[in-house]
Amino acid sequence: MDPLYPISFTLNGRVIQQEVSTRTTLVDLLRHQIGLTATHVGCEQGSCGACSLMVDGRMIRSCLVFAIQLEGAVVETAEGFTGDTKMDALRKAFADRNALQCGFCTSGMLVAARDLLNRDTTPSREVIREFISGNFCRCTGYEAIVDAISKVAEGSGSPRDAQ
Amino acid sequence: MKPNLFQYVRVETIKDAVVLLHELSDAGRLIAGGQSLVPTMALRMASPEVLIDISNVPELATIEHKQNVLRIGAGARYADVLASSVVAKTCPLLAQAIPFIAHEAIRNRGTVGGSLAHADPAAELPGCMLALGARIVVQSVAGQRTIPAEEFFLSTYLTALREGELIASVEIPVIADGERHLFQELTRRSGDYAMLGAAFVIAADGAKITDARLAFFSVGDKALLAKGAAATLVGQSLTPEIIEDCATMAAQELDCLGDLYNSVAMKRHLVKTLTRRVLGELLKEPS
Amino acid sequence: MTQSSKYPERIDVIAGQDRPRRNAIRHAQGRGRFVDDIAFANLAHLAVVRSPHAHAEIRNIDVSRALAVQGVVAVYTGVDMKALCKPWVGALNHFPGLRSPEQYPLAVDRVRWNGEAVVAVVAESRAIAEDAVDQVRIEYDILPAVVGIKASRAADAPLVHQQYDSNQSFEMTLTAGDAAAAFDSAYLVVEEVLELGRQTGLTLEPRSIVADYDPSLQALTAHHSTQTPYQMQDLFARHFDLSEENVRVISPDVGGSFGMKLHVYGEEMATVAASIQLGRPVKFVADRMESFLSDIHLREHLVHAKMALSKDGDITAMIVEDATGIGPFSVYPRTSAMEGNQALRLMGAPYKMPNYDGHLTVLFQNKAPTCQYRAVGHPIGVTVTEHLVDKAARELGLDPFEIRRRNIVTQDMYPHTTATGYILERLSHEDCLSRLEKMMDYPRLRAEQAELRAKGIYRGIGIATFIEITNPGPAFYGIGGARISSQDGCVIKIEPSGKFRVAVSVTEQGQGTETVMAQVAATYMGVDVGIIDVITGDTERTPYGGATWASRGAGIGGATVMKCALAMKANLLEIAAVILQGKPDDFDLTDGEIVFKETGNSAITLDELCRIAYFRPDTLPQDYHPQLSISRHFVPQGTPFDFTNGVQASYLEVDIETGIITLLDHWVVEDCGVILNKQLVDEQIRGGVVHGLGGILLEECLYSDSGQMLTSTMADYLAPLAAEMPDIHIDHICTPTEMTPLGAKGVGEAGTAAAGSVVLNAVNDALSPLGAQLTQTPLTPERILRALGVVTD
Repeated sequence: MDPLYPISFTLNGRVIQQEVSTRTTLVDLLRHQIGLTATHVGCEQGSCGACSLMVDGRMIRSCLVFAIQLEGAVVETAEGFTGDTKMDALRKAFADRNALQCGFCTSGMLVAARDLLNRDTTPSREVIREFISGNFCRCTGYEAIVDAISKVAEGSGSPRDAQ
Repeated sequence: MKPNLFQYVRVETIKDAVVLLHELSDAGRLIAGGQSLVPTMALRMASPEVLIDISNVPELATIEHKQNVLRIGAGARYADVLASSVVAKTCPLLAQAIPFIAHEAIRNRGTVGGSLAHADPAAELPGCMLALGARIVVQSVAGQRTIPAEEFFLSTYLTALREGELIASVEIPVIADGERHLFQELTRRSGDYAMLGAAFVIAADGAKITDARLAFFSVGDKALLAKGAAATLVGQSLTPEIIEDCATMAAQELDCLGDLYNSVAMKRHLVKTLTRRVLGELLKEPS
Repeated sequence: MTQSSKYPERIDVIAGQDRPRRNAIRHAQGRGRFVDDIAFANLAHLAVVRSPHAHAEIRNIDVSRALAVQGVVAVYTGVDMKALCKPWVGALNHFPGLRSPEQYPLAVDRVRWNGEAVVAVVAESRAIAEDAVDQVRIEYDILPAVVGIKASRAADAPLVHQQYDSNQSFEMTLTAGDAAAAFDSAYLVVEEVLELGRQTGLTLEPRSIVADYDPSLQALTAHHSTQTPYQMQDLFARHFDLSEENVRVISPDVGGSFGMKLHVYGEEMATVAASIQLGRPVKFVADRMESFLSDIHLREHLVHAKMALSKDGDITAMIVEDATGIGPFSVYPRTSAMEGNQALRLMGAPYKMPNYDGHLTVLFQNKAPTCQYRAVGHPIGVTVTEHLVDKAARELGLDPFEIRRRNIVTQDMYPHTTATGYILERLSHEDCLSRLEKMMDYPRLRAEQAELRAKGIYRGIGIATFIEITNPGPAFYGIGGARISSQDGCVIKIEPSGKFRVAVSVTEQGQGTETVMAQVAATYMGVDVGIIDVITGDTERTPYGGATWASRGAGIGGATVMKCALAMKANLLEIAAVILQGKPDDFDLTDGEIVFKETGNSAITLDELCRIAYFRPDTLPQDYHPQLSISRHFVPQGTPFDFTNGVQASYLEVDIETGIITLLDHWVVEDCGVILNKQLVDEQIRGGVVHGLGGILLEECLYSDSGQMLTSTMADYLAPLAAEMPDIHIDHICTPTEMTPLGAKGVGEAGTAAAGSVVLNAVNDALSPLGAQLTQTPLTPERILRALGVVTD
């Protein structure tokens, strides 16, 4: 069985200690050792975006980093963002607009949406589409997601009405 | 898709990294951003015995402008290079090219050195370094050496790096007066590997071109310079005819290879088309 | 709705459409529960050795080194599986002559596609299982591989199966009228060979199963990312010799399915076998590469089609030769002939066309198996038909709208049976076409197109008319001998609090089934949708039924819930009458309260009624037993399917120097009968359209000449991302169906049915002035440029 090594990092605002195999990725650590399953695995190649979360303030692919690399890091998953009213607004907008169907891409999509609104508070629909192109969705066809993000973005145009 | 087991070591200086590389010889593998390495490990196409983590080596992450040279540490992340005002001022080519590299999450981790060492023929940065006439600064226990970009990329995933060497930085000549940086990439989807990419650095004295470096990527087994085509531009002022000749020459002279979706004939056609389009941008501008 | 229904109880406006889905709220807060999310004690993990070859004899398997890896629990070969699992054959009686050999969970004697599961390793972790997979040594004798439809049907083709005389799995002929005569007397004949590429499902959640066998009870519980838990319950019981009532299949949250997760997969069966053997839970989750290699693939058709027309553009006949390239096996239990069968029958379906000659050949290949996936057969039937219609229009100088108007089945012709044998209750082609033309401002687009053409910019407009199969009846699979239920059941119980629990046998994969069932229940009981909890996806907690496929959930599941809700309402009114000593007819249930019908005044609240019924039945008359739970089952009656109809249009630009296509706009007018939830319906359409756009522009499963799969990562297999997709404009016509009391038809596949067709038509419209036509999909830039003669060898 794999030898285990101790690591410690901040997860959703709390400092945690874990023992990990060198080959355990951050997403597998979160899902199977810690039990936070909102971050999903879709490809293990960095292509699909389902595993996106924040490390040290940046959005990254948690399938492409080994947990052991993150000593002292600050990690925020989709289950976190506590007290982040913009994230709350995004979650509500996604539900209201049905910007998710099966829900598998949603955690990664919300993290991407939140990251976008950090950098650009009034993104156009084109900018939104470009930014979320790092997140694959098979169900929605993307338009409802763009509508939901648009709605939350400060001072942007109103979302397209569902006819 | 789980990797084979490996040992893990983290270093904080270049010195520690090269000493370790030397000690481990081919058992040691560097990990910086991991955006190319980890997928390969997941597929078990790479199974290093020891992973040497250089993603937290401060000396590797610097970006500085000194005496007409832009020096970017190998550990600088794409996102940081893109955000750097120093880079924007001294090397617009990189500011144009980096948004085309994959997606935000990849750019937040992936490093300049990682891209150059990986030498993916479809990658943007090797093409840019060729166009810029950059020099890659390489370090080992034996000391430092500098390799011109043209001599660095040998073939697909193959560089001039010897065992025990790591890329410390890349040195790029700062953009001169009258110099133009042009970048375009053809893709079917945003963030994809290019169907074809072009990175051009054109030096001019007024309307007359004094030097041209026309680099293409996703064209062959590595990024390539169209030297014959570049030569047709030197000493000239651009006209549609000159552009057409240049484009035709580039399409003919490059050693093109097809990929999964684009045959050699297609690549040659795209070389010609993209050359025409990119140089055409120059023509539109007031001189 | 203007027509009166034969169901007086039908309600036209379904309540609760303004609420977000409970499941959406849950997922947005990261509270999804997919198979891989669930923690199990003593869980073991299964990984698979896959064939590196497209076709080979297995000479020897050495698992000794794999068994020696620390943490490995067991290793199984195909021979081991033969003793543990009964084999299956993907054949159905209503496809007479369909042949396919027996299959076991793992390959026995031979491997027949690159990626086929050969050996299964069970270990304490997935990583260790993969370590052990690397230690399995297999010697193969490579055999010639059959790759491609042309290769498969060549006279000298190597055989995929030695016991057969050819690579043909199935063949079918469909004729109506006299096509030959129609062609002889035709004013115009248009003809084409269309090559439609192979695709894969690419659900974001890969196939996942945890099989958990309890030897003390000989009971199996499978947590399975499947659309169809009842079918799987039946299969697991039969193939593993378990009592059906001791098999429980639970499908928790399913991260996308679209039909892919309807079928039987060897590794999943091997996982069940392993759990039974080991007496502990065993998990298999396909990784992305495995998904590419071994999920069912779809499409891959080579169609030679001809259309005969009169001088006025009346389509008099079609002759169609459809060859479909499946894998080495017809997939179980639904067969790999279904897509070809539907494609053949959907040719010309919106049109009056009385004569038809269709021939289907289903051919084995050494590639991954293929089977049903979103819009089964529709993209082929629509693409082929609508391409020929446009081609004829161009030759006759007719506008694409006009030629369709001249040919569509009209309002006065219903009920109508198509040349291919589909019975159409009532459709609305004329209204859809008119609405579309207006919506897209067609004359303006044509003017813009002409203006830009003069400047060397090539834009195209493509339209298509289509029908969609929904709400299938028992004839679909039952007749063929498949144990796939075509009826559904619903149980409603009222809780002491006055809230409701509705258990129903249709299932949820994100389309909103649970929400829609709650809405139907709420509407037909007269209560708020917020007090209804819906249970699906568990064979133990729900009645046995048909689950999800062929767009049946809303229509058939909804009708089932409707019946049950009405019965529950009647029960509640009866209980109220007994409590208040009146007659049931004196009361109504509306806005969640029992009221006096005459005055509208409140009579008794539901929670008060429940308090008495549950806790104080001693206050009720002797021999009165309040019925607080009720069940109803529903069998779809009438026509074998409820067809919907619609039209779509695409507006795009082709860069004739690079071959890159930019989608500018997309429209859909859809008639799916009574709409139960407009937002959900529209989002199904949008998702379906983008699926179709992927297939026409980007997605292709490529194999080398020796049968090596070349597109096994998401970098190589291209699927739609947000930047290139258009916003999609949607409008509706409503023709309710009388085939169910609810009046709703399905809609899940409509978007996919025609999206590819309209893009192909638009590209050909854009390029026709340049003399270029595309007939092979997907429309890669190189294919475009070669058609234009811009790229040549």
